[in-house]
Amino acid sequence: MTQAEIPTQAVVVPATPPPHHPEKWKWYDYFTFNIDHKVIGIQYLVTSFIFYLVGGLMAMAMRLELATPASDFLSPDLYNAFLTNHGTIMIFLWIVPASIGGFGNFLVPLMIGARDMAFPKLNALAFWVTVPAGMLIVGSFFFGGAQAGWTSYPPLSVVTANTAQSMWILAIVLAGTSSILGSLNFIVTIWKMRVPSMAWDQMPLFCWAMMATSILALVSTPVLAAGLTLLLFDINFGTSFFNPANGGDVVMYQHLFWFYSHPAVYLMILPIFGIMSEVIPVHARKPIFGYKAIAYSSLTICLVGLFVWVHHMFTSGTPPWMRIFFTISTLIVAVPTGVKIFSWVATMWGGKIRYTSAMLFAVGLLAMFVFGGLSGVTLGTAAFDLHVHDTYYVVGHFHYVLFGGSVFGLYAGLYHWYPKITGRMLNESLGKAHFILTFIGTNLTFLPMHQLGLQGMPRRVAMYDPQFQTLNQLCTFGSIVLGLSLLPFLANAIWSWSQGPKAEDNPWNAKTFEWTTASPPIIENWEVLPVLTEGPYAYGEESAEETEAVNT
Amino acid sequence: MSTVAVSVYWCSDLTQCPFPDAGYASMKQIPAPLLTLTIGIAVTFVSFWYGQNHGLLPEQASEQSVLVDELFNSMVVMGTALFLLVEGAILYCMVQFRQRKGDETDGPPIEGNLPLEAFWTAIPTILVIGLGLYSFQVFQDIGGITPGHVAHDHGTMIAQSAEAPLPESSAEPEGTLVAENGVFGLGAPLENEDTLADLQVDVTGMQYAWIFTYPQDNIIDGELHVPVGADVQLNISAKDVIHSFWVPQFRLKQDAIPGKKTALRFIASKEGSYPVVCAELCGGYHGSMRTQVIVHSPEDYQAWYDQRVAQVPVNETIAKAPADLSAEEYLSPYGEEMGVNADLIANLSLK
Repeated sequence: MTQAEIPTQAVVVPATPPPHHPEKWKWYDYFTFNIDHKVIGIQYLVTSFIFYLVGGLMAMAMRLELATPASDFLSPDLYNAFLTNHGTIMIFLWIVPASIGGFGNFLVPLMIGARDMAFPKLNALAFWVTVPAGMLIVGSFFFGGAQAGWTSYPPLSVVTANTAQSMWILAIVLAGTSSILGSLNFIVTIWKMRVPSMAWDQMPLFCWAMMATSILALVSTPVLAAGLTLLLFDINFGTSFFNPANGGDVVMYQHLFWFYSHPAVYLMILPIFGIMSEVIPVHARKPIFGYKAIAYSSLTICLVGLFVWVHHMFTSGTPPWMRIFFTISTLIVAVPTGVKIFSWVATMWGGKIRYTSAMLFAVGLLAMFVFGGLSGVTLGTAAFDLHVHDTYYVVGHFHYVLFGGSVFGLYAGLYHWYPKITGRMLNESLGKAHFILTFIGTNLTFLPMHQLGLQGMPRRVAMYDPQFQTLNQLCTFGSIVLGLSLLPFLANAIWSWSQGPKAEDNPWNAKTFEWTTASPPIIENWEVLPVLTEGPYAYGEESAEETEAVNT
Repeated sequence: MSTVAVSVYWCSDLTQCPFPDAGYASMKQIPAPLLTLTIGIAVTFVSFWYGQNHGLLPEQASEQSVLVDELFNSMVVMGTALFLLVEGAILYCMVQFRQRKGDETDGPPIEGNLPLEAFWTAIPTILVIGLGLYSFQVFQDIGGITPGHVAHDHGTMIAQSAEAPLPESSAEPEGTLVAENGVFGLGAPLENEDTLADLQVDVTGMQYAWIFTYPQDNIIDGELHVPVGADVQLNISAKDVIHSFWVPQFRLKQDAIPGKKTALRFIASKEGSYPVVCAELCGGYHGSMRTQVIVHSPEDYQAWYDQRVAQVPVNETIAKAPADLSAEEYLSPYGEEMGVNADLIANLSLK
């Protein structure tokens, strides 16, 4: 409301209104209901990173179980609880809150020259509802943990670990509520609160990505909430929405679930694409190649992404026309995604690439996302999907796009904006060690999974055919490397936060607005709001002018 | 063929990218068309070779597997070509366009190139549309368009006998049309739409076993036996939760869904035993829900079948439909045969 008017007023009247806040936040302000978007962004980033470690430990426990074909390390029920909550935590408590809640909140107002989000209290509320969500997930382990997979298909989810499953549902509904509140906030903020001098096509591409993400979350999340609420009723109140014995339909749940959960894949990658479009031009010292194509392809992915969900159900109770229609729509998503990849390669082409840790992770993402994208196309064809659906081929594929894609992107973003967020520089040598270990670990863990799936190993199993042991041990070894890769990062991030060299306002010499304020930014972001004088990616203009001057 | 053309165009565009950068002068020592042609031929050759020799798939044991593998192999060819070109471009950028010592300047201010962008939008579009059409053809040839057609012309043969006690949502007339809409999965290829399968077997999934019923003679078995070369239709159902029937060597999979009828139709092409795997998470022992399909020669199959008919205790089996038995009662006679161990049965009994 009045927040939305601040930029316009502030440009006319540079003096800030009398502050209701201290000069600087104290450490304990980060544990309170604080309405500063930067505090909320950091709250999201730190909380979600802790959950990333929890979900990662679950993954390592599962990989240790899979080092041998027999079920001998975890009990089968605990294994299923880990696989369910590993997926749930990584999606709903790490990638989504870190990329949208963390980077989105911290960066969007700074990038468009606003003093805060449009609805700061709603923003704080959106963060604080994820806290009980996380507690419910952790608490569900006292009741055995939900064991029906992150998809929680009935009837299995109705007959297994009822208390834990109900807690799981409430957790997801809370996380979904947070997502709906957050996306509403982003749409209004980006729409109404850009500095007057910033036209739509001068907006950083991260904001375009956040716009597309928010629209997608707003449209699809309520459907998941509805589906899960019906499931909650089936479990606890004896309804039969998904109980075939009383005329319910189990496949209906799958439609409701995937109508959200396929777009959720784009919720997890579109903000990361936004991070890529910011990191690559800065460190390659060249304007982003094809600004409009990248901006519009985000919107295209958002639109087409709403109509591909049945490709998760090719082997389920789906009629032929659906299997054909959704094959075609799924394949079409590859086109706007390809456009982005080609544009980033073209951005690097002819640049002067600085191999900072941020850039290494961005290039690593590019290299692995190409592979994940290609295997995704093969999964999109119904005829071939009949063979590999629900196998390790799928597990390998989505870890290439979610770990090789989203997590690499989050790391790229962390290395890139850490100086802005904390006011300190990270150690580059530790950053490079982190990158090398992560890159090797990722490929060792997830590449052999493709072959396992093609050869006949289904996913979500604690015991498997002994002929697959060698490849599984390779995956387990890779996951240990991945676990170790976190050590240099943790040491670096924790040590540098207090001891790292002080960061300048603009250590990477970047052009977007967030680098025009102090590191870390002051409360309310700027004394005087910045005015847009050049585009967000105007690299190389001076050198071009010089060349022209010499020539004339 | 299209891959050849694509590779060549692709390269020619990359090398002729209108980027006025000195860094790429080294390439100009070789004439661009020659370099393009060489890369194009090399990539094409490697892609086609890898598409035929990746060795990633298990043996083919059904006629359908041949069609599915051809689709996969052609995707591997296309994927390898694209992978090599894009990763090659990334590696080239990383080496050629790295920051040189002491150079603090920016790269050239190039913001886009409309023909190039149109090109790399159009080519993938054409490729995926072509792939979509081809995969549609394969999907049709493996029977994806007509699931359950024939079965319903022959009314009661569908999985009724082994069906869980789930009432039909409405009293379906004993006709063809209504019933046809209710079956999901794979049927006969379009050209054989009206032919009846040589053999129909009812398949029931339950925690954690597959039960195979040969309805004509009420043979019940924990393993699937089929003759090689016969057109087999599986009428699939589930008793408790969702399961998924998968034979990797057949390249076919279909969920068994409580309250829904699903079907798979295949022609086994090679004698031998192949694993039947449950592919949908169905509980703690999901990973152990495995059995096998045994593809016999027609004579061996007949011998097996006759032997099993002789063993069927006629009165009992007719008196008790499997659906009337509890899981333990139903399982126990076949436990050993199916490789289900005592622990598992005990676990079932606890539930």
